[in-house]
Amino acid sequence: MNETFGDFEGLLRRALAPVEPPEQLSLRLESTLTELTELAQDELESWELSTMRDPRNWVRPVAAAAIGTTAGAALVLLRVRQQHRRRASKASGPIDLAERTLHAVADETRKILDR
Amino acid sequence: MGDSDKAKLDADFSELYRAHLKDVYSYAYYRVGNHHDAEDLTEQTFLQAYRHYERAVAESEGRPLRPWLIRIAHNLAANLYRDRSRKPQTPIEDTDTLRTTHTTEDLVEGRDELARILEGVKELPDDRREALIMRFALGMDNREIARAMGKTDGATKVLLHRAIKQLEEIVATRQSG
Repeated sequence: MNETFGDFEGLLRRALAPVEPPEQLSLRLESTLTELTELAQDELESWELSTMRDPRNWVRPVAAAAIGTTAGAALVLLRVRQQHRRRASKASGPIDLAERTLHAVADETRKILDR
Repeated sequence: MGDSDKAKLDADFSELYRAHLKDVYSYAYYRVGNHHDAEDLTEQTFLQAYRHYERAVAESEGRPLRPWLIRIAHNLAANLYRDRSRKPQTPIEDTDTLRTTHTTEDLVEGRDELARILEGVKELPDDRREALIMRFALGMDNREIARAMGKTDGATKVLLHRAIKQLEEIVATRQSG
């Protein structure tokens, strides 16, 4: 079969011209993707600095670091980010907030792994 | 995976996103027929793609990832219709589509003809319509379309041929009627 279809193909190409995405969609998507890639790093650093001296706490950052590099990371981080405001309102300070965030990451990870 | 590997993967994904945002949006728009659903579908496609990007890169063996992205959009669109249990709620608005996607020159030269073609595209069976969108809106070749649709190259060639033939007949009937 020939790859071209004469004039009709040209008309079809014009009728189905590519559609430019709205600017606000590009901005929204870029911002979401940026948050997904940065979220784990920021929140982990804050929590690790305050608790790594206590070996009983080591298991959590290790688990969180692991999900930060696997396929389920985006979903976990998206859910954790969605609940950020609620955690912030309950936290007594930045360290408490970071600890609550890590709990949330661990909970969401468990939910995904349990599926 | 170390931090530098993760950073490289994220950077590669950003590049993929920038290179193919317009492709995914164009596919979504012609598939669902309105800008609102097309935006949602595009957003979900890239979030889903980000989740599975590492595996997709490993499995692609260096092949382009555009068919994989379009396949995600295709599956999400199918779910959207299944959830709503019907075809697009808002069909492609020919006037709106022509206004937002075509140059003034195009419109002056053949507005009626282009509108008839768009009308005809809507009447095609889903797989034929999708193949035409991939070919003419996204400029994908037969092999890419085959990968996106999960078909063989040969079956895709036949599908495109039949889609164009059927569309020509639809347009000719409308023109004479």
